[in-house]
Amino acid sequence: MCLAVPGKVIEIKDSVGIVDFNGVKREVRLELVDVKVGDYVIVHTGFAIEKMDEKEALESLEIWKELLKVQEDF
Amino acid sequence: MELYKDRNASDAIIRKIFEFSKDLGEIKLCHVCGTHEHVITHYGIRAMLPENVQVVSGPGCPVCVTTQGEIEAAVKVAEKGAIVTTYGDMIRVPSKRSLSDAKASGLDIRLVYSINDSINLAISNPNKKIVHFAIGFETTCPTTAVAVLNSPDNFYVLSAHRVVPPAMDLLLSSGKINLSGFIDPGHVSTIIGTKPYGHISKKFHVPQVICGFEPNDILMGIYLLLKQIKERRAEVENEYVRGVRAEGNTKAQKLMEKVFEPCDIRWRGFPVIPGSGLSLKSEFSNKDAYKEFNIEIEDIPEEKGCSCPEVLRAEKIPRECPLFGNICTPQSPKGPCMVSREGACYISFKYEKSFR
Repeated sequence: MCLAVPGKVIEIKDSVGIVDFNGVKREVRLELVDVKVGDYVIVHTGFAIEKMDEKEALESLEIWKELLKVQEDF
Repeated sequence: MELYKDRNASDAIIRKIFEFSKDLGEIKLCHVCGTHEHVITHYGIRAMLPENVQVVSGPGCPVCVTTQGEIEAAVKVAEKGAIVTTYGDMIRVPSKRSLSDAKASGLDIRLVYSINDSINLAISNPNKKIVHFAIGFETTCPTTAVAVLNSPDNFYVLSAHRVVPPAMDLLLSSGKINLSGFIDPGHVSTIIGTKPYGHISKKFHVPQVICGFEPNDILMGIYLLLKQIKERRAEVENEYVRGVRAEGNTKAQKLMEKVFEPCDIRWRGFPVIPGSGLSLKSEFSNKDAYKEFNIEIEDIPEEKGCSCPEVLRAEKIPRECPLFGNICTPQSPKGPCMVSREGACYISFKYEKSFR
């Protein structure tokens, strides 16, 4: 039920966007987020519920490396 | 994304998990998310863990915790001539009168992917009343809020929405299970952020980690929980930083606050949990199907023999139910946990058949 899938916003018209999920394009409502074309979003039941933050994700990667201290595996 | 599925990274985390769990005694971790249960079982994560580390499934499936009384309310709304829409698995959940039986008897009950589909149905059927039976946790509630604020007059909501933290609090308050930590739900947290879990860690001294949905997210979450336990910390940490901000989605929170107010509600398998439900505020009573159709939620006793209540309270695993896999199967489910794609019994039946 709380399943949500990431995709890339490729078009925006008012509060509706077209999101590309690895080649499958669907209409997604954007009332819950502030996004622009090119952003990645997490989509749940036809609504974008958050912008996927690349910077945060990269920092998360740093946290992983630090935690595991096994940089060679990455 | 590959990192979160990378086998070498998995091995490195698993080594850490073994190292950290060595002197910890029996550890029982609980998640409260059907999608987490799917990832854990699908990837066989339980089999990768040390013998003293157990991960159990809690009340994380919205379809499963919706009561028969609420399903009955949806059937009554359909009997009064409305077109009722709802999400996937809800239709097949056994009940006093299930939605699929009601549909078979001729009532107009339809499956939708998004509440947006229900709004479109209302637009194309201006002479009919369209009622969306709105189930789901915090992930889904903001979408319903948007619909309440932007829909035609003939569109109504029958809210069965629930919020997760009060149920986690109740699980620990009951004293029936001894939990060492929580794997907090990822997309619920996308909306609410880290704060609403804080009091649980303080009150019960349990660590919590918000996790993403790839196998290494879960393994990393387990590692972070063990680290907290070893260091005697009880905090809310966020592993799923790519999808969850500490403050959550404030835009979505504001919309939820505008439209809903907390109410006391019973969950399947649980007593009434104070403040765990969301009902429409009185200023939106023109959208409230309970008011429009003058319907109250009946208190219908749960079926005897089915262990879904115990499974939802993390007191039993699916295989410990006497009906599991013989009388109760996905083809002929006796309880909601065997119906929903996010139900612990359905997932166990699908991926762990050989254990039966």
